[in-house]
Amino acid sequence: MNIELKNISKNFGQFAALKSVNLKVDGGELVALLGPSGSGKTTLLRIIAGLETADAGSVLYNGEDSSTKSLRERRVGFVFQHYALFRHMTVFENIAFGLRVRPRAQRPSNAEIEDRVMKLLKLVQLENLSHRYPSQLSGGQRQRVALSRALAVEPSVLLLDEPFGALDAHVRKDLRRWLRKLHDEVHLTSVFVTHDQEEALEVADRVVVMNEGVIEQAGTPEEVYHHPNSPFVFRFLGDVNLFHSRMEDGKARLGPNGHLKEGSEESCVFVRPHLIDVKTQSDGSEHFAARVRHINAAGPNVKLELMTANGEAVDVTLTQEQYRALGIAKNDQVFATAREMKVFVEDYSI
Amino acid sequence: MLLKRNTVLPGFRLAGGFTVFYLSLIVLIPLGAMFVRASSLTWGSFWEIVTAPRVLASYKLSLGTAFAAASINAVFGFLVAWVLVRYPFPGKKLVDALVDLPFALPTAVAGISLTTLYAPKGWIGQFLEPLGLKVAFTPLGIVVALVFIGLPFVVRTVQPVLEEIEKESEEAAESLGATRWQTFRLVIFPCLVPSLLAGFAMAFARGLGEYGSVVFISGNMPMKTEITPLLIMTKLEQFDYPGATALGISMLAASFLMLLVINLLQWWSGKRLGRG
Repeated sequence: MNIELKNISKNFGQFAALKSVNLKVDGGELVALLGPSGSGKTTLLRIIAGLETADAGSVLYNGEDSSTKSLRERRVGFVFQHYALFRHMTVFENIAFGLRVRPRAQRPSNAEIEDRVMKLLKLVQLENLSHRYPSQLSGGQRQRVALSRALAVEPSVLLLDEPFGALDAHVRKDLRRWLRKLHDEVHLTSVFVTHDQEEALEVADRVVVMNEGVIEQAGTPEEVYHHPNSPFVFRFLGDVNLFHSRMEDGKARLGPNGHLKEGSEESCVFVRPHLIDVKTQSDGSEHFAARVRHINAAGPNVKLELMTANGEAVDVTLTQEQYRALGIAKNDQVFATAREMKVFVEDYSI
Repeated sequence: MLLKRNTVLPGFRLAGGFTVFYLSLIVLIPLGAMFVRASSLTWGSFWEIVTAPRVLASYKLSLGTAFAAASINAVFGFLVAWVLVRYPFPGKKLVDALVDLPFALPTAVAGISLTTLYAPKGWIGQFLEPLGLKVAFTPLGIVVALVFIGLPFVVRTVQPVLEEIEKESEEAAESLGATRWQTFRLVIFPCLVPSLLAGFAMAFARGLGEYGSVVFISGNMPMKTEITPLLIMTKLEQFDYPGATALGISMLAASFLMLLVINLLQWWSGKRLGRG
C-alpha cells in the first residue's frame, strides 16, 4: 500500500504545525520522519494514521482519499512512544485484542487467535512471557509487545511514533536493528518518527528531514547525508563546524589566510569535524591557526576542541593513529585545514 | 531490630510511633471501651439483644438501604465523574464544587430538606403520590437520603483515576479496530474497577452509619423504617448502655466484614492491574 500526502496543513491555535506538506511513501518502503521537536513530524504521522485530522489537504491510501475515513477503518498499525499497552491485560491478551474486538462474523476462532499470537510472540522473541503483565516487562520488551499487537491485525501500514525514544541507548540500538530486519522480512509500508539522526540514517530506506512544519529534504540516507540541500539538513545530520566567510571569485575562503575582496558576498561554510586535518608545523597552505583547548581521547576517535585566534571554537575528530602521530597536548599551537567543506550562500542554495 | 534499617527517609520511628499513638487514642481506645462495656453482658443476653426481631428488621433495613444507595451512587457517581473529567463545559468548576456539598452540609439539614421535598405534599412528593410512589417515611426515602450523603465518595475516588488514564491506550484500542463501546468496556472500565469499588465501599460504610439525615425522612416506624443507629440511640435514651453497646458491636462487626471483603476485591483487581 502506498501513501500520498497532498498539501497537508495543520494549525494548533496560532501555531502552524504543518505548512502544506507533500509526501509520497511507496509500498513496502521504510521511511523515517526526522526533525527536531516541534518540527511537525509527530503531527504528520498522526494525520497519516487518522488520529488527527488535517485542516487542509488530503491523505491518499493507494490513490484513494482516506481523509474522511476513521482510524478504525484505515487499518493502520500504530506504535506509541510510551507503548500504550493495556496494563490490565497479559501480553497474550494485549496482542489478541485487535482480533477479539472484531465483529463476530470476521472474528477468528480461539484456536486461530492463539496460533497467531504465539507466532507473533515468536517473531518478537517473547514466547515465554505471554502470561506476564506489561508492568512486569522491561521497556524494550514492552515496545516489542506493542509492535506485535499492532501487527496482529495485519495492518496495511505500520506507523511508529518515536518507537525507541523512551529506551536506553543499548536497547535502542538492538531494537532498531531488529526493526530493520523485521521490515526486510514482512515488507510492510512503514513510517517512523524520530529525532535521532543516527537512527534514521541506519534504519530507513528514505529519510524525510522536517523543520518548522515543512519538509526540508527527502532522500536516501546517503543523499541527505552527502548532499544536503540546506544548512539545516547539514547541521541536523551530524556534528558540524560553522564558519562565516565571504565569497571570492565564486570560492569561499576560510580563516585569516583568505584574502578578502571588497563587496564579496556573505556565506556560511560548514565543515564536518572529521574532515579537518591538523598539523603542528605551518607550511603556509593551512586555513587557520588555533590552540588546543581540550582533548577527549576516550572512544574510537579522538575529539579535539580548538580555539582560533578570533575566538571561534572548532571541533575536530581525529583517528587514534593520527592523534598519536601528531603528539599534541593541551594548549599547543596547531594549524588546521579543511579537506572538504560545504558552502551555503545567503539564500541557502549551493 | 527489624525496623532498624538505614533508609533515605528519616524519622520513621518518630512518625510510626506517633501514628500508633494517634490511632489508639482516636480509634482503638473508644472501640475497646465499647467491648469492655458490652462484657458486662452474658453471652446469652448479648445474643438475645442483637437478635431481637425489631433489631433484625433494622439490620435488614440498614444493610439493604446502604447497599442500594451505594450501588446507585456507584453508577451515577461514576457518570458524574466521567462527565467532569471528559468534557469541558461552562460552569464545570461550579458543578465540581457542588459535588462536595453533601460532605459539608449538616446531615440534619439534608434530612429536613429532603423530607420537605418528598413528603406527600412536598414539591416532588405531590407528583409521585398519584403514581403510587411514597418516598418520605418509607425505606425508599432512606435510600434517597443515603444517595445524597454518599455521592461525593464515589465521584472523588473515581475522578483522579479517570484523569490518569492515558489517552494513548484509547487511541491504541481504536487503531486496533475496537468500537467506542468496546474501548470503554475492555480498556477504560477495567482500570476504574478498583477505584469504583473503593468509592462504593466508602459510600456503603457511610450509609450504614448515617443517622442525622435518615431519622427525619424515615419516619422511624418500628419493624418498618427503623435503622440500627436509631435503635442504638433509643436504647441510650432508655439508659440501656449495655444493650446499646451490644448493637454497636454487631454493627462494627458487619462494617468490618464488608470493608474486608471489599478490600480483598480491590486487592485482587489491583493485582491484575500490576500494582499489587
